[in-house]
Amino acid sequence: MTKVKNGSKIYIASALTFLYVPILVLIFFSFNKSKSRNLFTGFTLNWYKQLLHNDLVLNALGVTLVIAAISSICATVLGTAAAVGIQSMKKLPRLAIMNVTYIPVINPEIVTGVSMLLMFTTLRYFLNFEMGFSTLVIAHITFNLPYVILSVNPKLRQLDSSIYDAALDLGCSPRQAFFKVVFPQIMPGITTGFLMALTYSIDDFVISYFTSGTSQTLSIAIYAMTRRKVSPEINALSTLLFTVILLILLVMNLKDIKSNKKGERK
Amino acid sequence: MKKRLILILCILLMILIAVPVSAIDIVAISGSIYRTDLDYYNHLRGEDITLVVYNWGEYISDGGDDSFDTNKEFEELTGISINYITFASNEQMYAKLKSEGTSLYDIIIPSDYMIARMIREGMVEALDFSNIPNYTLVDDLYKNLEHDRNNEFSVPYMWGLVGIIYNSSMVDEDIDSWDSFWDEQYKGNILMFDNPRDAFAISLARLGYSMNTEDESQIEEAAEELMKQKSLVQAYVMDEIFNKMEGGEAAIAPYYAGDAITMMSENEDLVFVFPKEKTNLFIDGFVIPKGSKNKEAAEMYINFMCEPAVSAANAEYIGYSTPIPDAFELIDIDDEDLAIAYPNEKIIANSEVLRELNNETNLLMDRLWTDIRSYKDGTKGWIIPTAFILAAVIVSTLVIIRRAKKRRRDLY
Repeated sequence: MTKVKNGSKIYIASALTFLYVPILVLIFFSFNKSKSRNLFTGFTLNWYKQLLHNDLVLNALGVTLVIAAISSICATVLGTAAAVGIQSMKKLPRLAIMNVTYIPVINPEIVTGVSMLLMFTTLRYFLNFEMGFSTLVIAHITFNLPYVILSVNPKLRQLDSSIYDAALDLGCSPRQAFFKVVFPQIMPGITTGFLMALTYSIDDFVISYFTSGTSQTLSIAIYAMTRRKVSPEINALSTLLFTVILLILLVMNLKDIKSNKKGERK
Repeated sequence: MKKRLILILCILLMILIAVPVSAIDIVAISGSIYRTDLDYYNHLRGEDITLVVYNWGEYISDGGDDSFDTNKEFEELTGISINYITFASNEQMYAKLKSEGTSLYDIIIPSDYMIARMIREGMVEALDFSNIPNYTLVDDLYKNLEHDRNNEFSVPYMWGLVGIIYNSSMVDEDIDSWDSFWDEQYKGNILMFDNPRDAFAISLARLGYSMNTEDESQIEEAAEELMKQKSLVQAYVMDEIFNKMEGGEAAIAPYYAGDAITMMSENEDLVFVFPKEKTNLFIDGFVIPKGSKNKEAAEMYINFMCEPAVSAANAEYIGYSTPIPDAFELIDIDDEDLAIAYPNEKIIANSEVLRELNNETNLLMDRLWTDIRSYKDGTKGWIIPTAFILAAVIVSTLVIIRRAKKRRRDLY
């Protein structure tokens, strides 16, 4: 018994090590005096200070966050609507649509990226638009959509369809029935989908690379630094992002624990 | 929908631009540091122009470490705003321009051979030099070169040489030749360029051929040498050279002189030399892509970048060399760095600018390079497809067996 326990301890320890040591190293070197990623020459907050004045990085961060926000909100609305629609389809078309939904997830990103680029450049012959912010948003909505559908869909399947009918019987209009009864039930799925869309959008490099035009996301800006040298300001920025996300998660989890305790007392 | 998008974009842009402008240090802007008069820089003010500048990453003085903030100063001086974006390689920039069209951009800063290709393919505008008075300040050495014979399309920004950087604590001799990159005693401690043009240039120079040769047999000979070298090479890298050399993980690497200065400031053991064979002199220059909507403003930007004060600030920040003698006078540089960034004429005379090659040569080089990079001792080409088919067969038999079992179970 103890042997198993020790084994699982080692397993967990190594998993956590592989996950977090690289992040810790990155944070550590954000305080490094020299630009080197090998030698630690002394403590400084200089990179954080410089980050505040680096317009290129800050603009890229702004573009990344705005695109992530717009695209994940749009994808959540569209995806939820799509999931509800798919749920009420007959079996065969439903299977067909779900398979189509899986394709962008399984497809290598580079294929999606190149095909979006081809689509935009072809469309440009007929419509007058420029590659840039708008094409980035469209591309991000496209690859975010399946994640929302795939996380809302199971929640809908768990839902007892007679609850919706009951709401109608009790005098709800279809719209009221959806927003008052169905919507709260599938809310966890929607939130998951939204958060996944948000993170995928912030993370994305390959698809953005092909569709960005004259806008520049953070990942592209960092990639462009690689001929010379990636500035430690990026370490500082990553540290800040990591800390913010960590804090958000902590607050959310604490809230969860508190509400769980309340629930138990009741 | 499109209007609203544009509106949102405008508001965002305004927020992004408003923040830095309010923080600007007014003292830094005094007209006296510029050669061209302020009327010239002011004459496009208020026309609501946004220039799209497409440059290498980390290739401009951007205000970090209290340096000169080039783009911000230009915006203040002229009232023209700048959308500054960056690329990682000439080829990446070229591919993007080809697929998206050139008219989105106003200023691009490619290297010599890429400028030549863009000129040949009609991707750049002829410059109106009457709008670039500071062009006369550029040293004649860097004008009318191979890539832009009559200097109609480009203005040089920075130049530099490729040389050898090595760690004197890991190397006992004084290295002075590309031959060291083929020396068995440095096996596993050699770094090489991870792009075909630069890697072939080294191999060709070592064999005594021109880096711009279009002779198939010479290129194939160079490829064979690179293939032989592969077992000695620790890694094919670009920017990782910084970390590996600074951290003492590799003994010897080729790199650009300006970057070598940066590395040497981090690790005292590092030494930089120019090889006795030929080496590559590169010039990165400004071009205006075909169909640019703000050509006059773009020329103003080029003129601004040729201001000695601006060029000096950039050269000092980047570590590369300015082609403007008046700017050189303003640079504060110690003797050791001087010999690297501004080597004597003999070394410059022994260098070669990369020229755009014809299509067949480009294709040949790309193909040979792919062979070199993907070649491994003992692996045969048929292994991967066979393994793939085998895996597919195994997985499908397993699925079929399981299905059959299940069906049999369901029968009872």
